[in-house]
Amino acid sequence: MAINKVVANAKEATKGIEDGMTLMLGGFGLCGIPENCISEMVEMNVKGLTCISNNAGVDDFGLGLLLHQKQIKKMVSSYVGENDEFERQMLSGELEVDLIPQGSLAERCRAGGAGVPAFFTPAGYGTEVAEGKEVREFNGKPHILESALTADFAIVKAWKGDTAGNLVFKAAARNFNPMMAMAGKITIAEVEELVPEGTLDPNTVHTPGIFVQRIFQGTGYEKRIEQRTVRQRD
Amino acid sequence: MLDKVGIAKRISQELRDGWYVNLGIGIPTLVANFVPEDITVEFQSENGILGMGPFPFDGEEDADLINAGKQTVTLQPGASVFDSATSFAMIRGQHVQLTVLGAMEVSENGDIANWKIPGKMVKGMGGAMDLVASAENIIVAMMHTNKKGESKLLPSCSLPLTGVACVTRVITNLAALEIKDGAFHLLERAPGVSVEEIQAATAGKLIVEGDVPEMKID
Repeated sequence: MAINKVVANAKEATKGIEDGMTLMLGGFGLCGIPENCISEMVEMNVKGLTCISNNAGVDDFGLGLLLHQKQIKKMVSSYVGENDEFERQMLSGELEVDLIPQGSLAERCRAGGAGVPAFFTPAGYGTEVAEGKEVREFNGKPHILESALTADFAIVKAWKGDTAGNLVFKAAARNFNPMMAMAGKITIAEVEELVPEGTLDPNTVHTPGIFVQRIFQGTGYEKRIEQRTVRQRD
Repeated sequence: MLDKVGIAKRISQELRDGWYVNLGIGIPTLVANFVPEDITVEFQSENGILGMGPFPFDGEEDADLINAGKQTVTLQPGASVFDSATSFAMIRGQHVQLTVLGAMEVSENGDIANWKIPGKMVKGMGGAMDLVASAENIIVAMMHTNKKGESKLLPSCSLPLTGVACVTRVITNLAALEIKDGAFHLLERAPGVSVEEIQAATAGKLIVEGDVPEMKID
């Protein structure tokens, strides 16, 4: 019998998220974002949040919903285009923004979860990103020191999960979710399909249950597409 | 002079059999449409796809299957999907042979600026800084001049940098150029474009040696 991580819903899962906390939120664009927990946090109206997430949603979906209610104090992201309210809050100084190269962001989350306090990377050397950071040469090439990231809560979205917290992601919806799951003091996983322990093939588990403290089956996934691009049949 | 499709066609001539290739947003994305029939390449999308295919047929879009530009895509036979840390391990670890991306400015020593215009536009660097810091072959696809007609090939970049001394080639609507020894070296002229026109549109140091051939674009 595995340890049971199941909670009833988003309301129960987000219990303990308070003003001023640091959160990690999985997803790339609107792909693989924890829709249920975001809606719940809009409802809770927690404020002063620091959100670590590759993107900041769009004006009326994803993290854009929290931005709209001015619940976010600081965003730590790699790309924040496609969001007018974000741009307005940033340029007016209401919102602090820390922009990080995408690979460094992924690795900093992974490092946070893996107990690696910092690492050297070539990304960002010679740019604004390197300001104030230690530079060291390896194999004749300069690298900058990047520190690990952790969060009070990491909130991730998976395709399938079991009662033990094991997670399976689908296609490109995996993105930042596995690393963020590792780096949360408390990690919440919302899944499209929650199955009993023993149902998932252990060989296909992407995120082992040890990284997940709370899991629930989400409802009403909208899974909005940002750029619908298609080709016509000949 | 080339249009955007022409630039993409010219860049497709740089592809080599067996390469893994990362294409940026905009003109670079079009390169995937012109892969020579006698070679095999696989496209990497930094959000977590290797073996990315064309756009889906109408009605077959999958919200869970998008590229780095957030466009719906498909998977080729033999494709794989993975997390962002693994994706950038491929990039940083130099397992990807070619990166093609757009730019606002490129300097004669290979610096690139493409992520920020102070006070005006700050969208973030996305994966561009990781890509340019690591790839061995970095081709910039862009117009030779900006909307005001000013050269984008400069002695040094005026905008915040994305990476230093990293761009190896630049393919523009006017020319194909190689960057080495602190200068742009003119390799080919776009159809109907003279060396003088290229010189006039290039603010950085330009080396022209011998008779510069015209591009062959199908």
